[in-house]
Amino acid sequence: MESDIKLIDDNGKRLDGRAPDELRKIKIEVGVLHRAEGSCYLEWGGNKVMVAVYGPKEALPRHTQNPLRAIVNARYNMAAFSVDDRKRPGPDRRSREISKVISEALEKVILLEKFPRASIDVNIEVLNAEAGTRCAGLTAAGVALADAGIPLKDIPVSCAAGKIDGHVVLDLGKEEDNFGDADLPIAISPRTNEILLLQMDGHLTVEEFDKALEMAINGCHIASDIQKKAIMDKYQSAPEVK
Amino acid sequence: MSQEKREIVIPSQLLGDAEGNKAGRGTFIENGKIYSEMLGILSKRSNYINVIPLKGRYDAIEGDFVIGIVREAMASSWLVDINAPYPALLHVNEVPWDVDFGETEKYLNHGDSVMAKILQVDVEKKLQITLKDRNLYKIRGGHITYIEPSKVPRLIGKKGSMISLLKKYTRCRIFVGQNGRIWIDGAEDDIAKVIYAIRKIEEESLAFGLTNRIEELLKKDIKDV
Repeated sequence: MESDIKLIDDNGKRLDGRAPDELRKIKIEVGVLHRAEGSCYLEWGGNKVMVAVYGPKEALPRHTQNPLRAIVNARYNMAAFSVDDRKRPGPDRRSREISKVISEALEKVILLEKFPRASIDVNIEVLNAEAGTRCAGLTAAGVALADAGIPLKDIPVSCAAGKIDGHVVLDLGKEEDNFGDADLPIAISPRTNEILLLQMDGHLTVEEFDKALEMAINGCHIASDIQKKAIMDKYQSAPEVK
Repeated sequence: MSQEKREIVIPSQLLGDAEGNKAGRGTFIENGKIYSEMLGILSKRSNYINVIPLKGRYDAIEGDFVIGIVREAMASSWLVDINAPYPALLHVNEVPWDVDFGETEKYLNHGDSVMAKILQVDVEKKLQITLKDRNLYKIRGGHITYIEPSKVPRLIGKKGSMISLLKKYTRCRIFVGQNGRIWIDGAEDDIAKVIYAIRKIEEESLAFGLTNRIEELLKKDIKDV
């Protein structure tokens, strides 16, 4: 898409002053809700996401049960006030798609065989949106699952890369997403670098794609360290003995 | 305990080599390495590496004593919530009373609490409980409170040291279910005291020398009275 806005200046700095391979600021709080078994509040740049995990519990209605393993119901929802113009509330085509891909990504890391016939509900509530909400939601969901004490093979983490004004950059901001050339959100299992989710919007050449993928994986590892630190900080703070 | 500090581990954290060590509860092996599968406390006993969960639902084990709350009375059985992912089935043959068909509601109804024993857990994790064992009955009176199931061993203490302490200083009758539900019966003040102590234990469950500190706390309370 052609635009009048210059997304990247001559010094290689972006609109918000970030370098091409720099993430927005990430803040994670663990265990913020008391009614949910596990929860997480995450701020990623201007994105604000709340995730609550319920279960494992018996899957209802009964026909959804799998006698061999648990099912994962992730529900991604954007609040009406999360965007500039009011978003019409309720599930739409976009949020149903994101719910589905996030459910499938989470299924790959949860040890589902431990809970036959059960369901694990992951509610992802986007309070404020500023490009990259699915990445923020999935990253927060990983933390909330760990907080719920659900057995995991890994804590999933997600990050996007993209192309603006012909340059491959990490973690697109709002204007970069709207006026950029391509967006590539991925989610990985940071221990094995396995890809759990990969979507692409726009056009990239093979070389650009490889570069963007590598960049996004690096971004995921940075976010993963923040996730792990947040969980550790929450539970390490148990009272010390004199 | 020989460890200096209880180490918290998070899922996917590397715990050691599969050679020379054995992967215990809460861990998994991948490519010859042992990793933690949940948020918990690391415990190494002989050459076993275990992770004791910090949070999470009660994982039912046959023979455990639990406190259940009746959710539904059916024609010849009850469905009981024992805080596991699944409801537990209590069949009329497994209660000490002689129940006629369709008259289950006369004995146990929605909302009643029972002390029970886990009779069976099958591969599909279908749970069955029984009331036919020592001192198991329907709960009348008293108070039920809850802690994380993973903290039950801490509440009981080594060889029951912590729980006998609570009983000694408060003269309450206490029954701790493995599923984290606790039944307390006694004078009103004493119940409040026990609950206060239980919350303290829950908060500081990771600390060492907790039994001694709880004893001091209970002694101080007695002087106040």
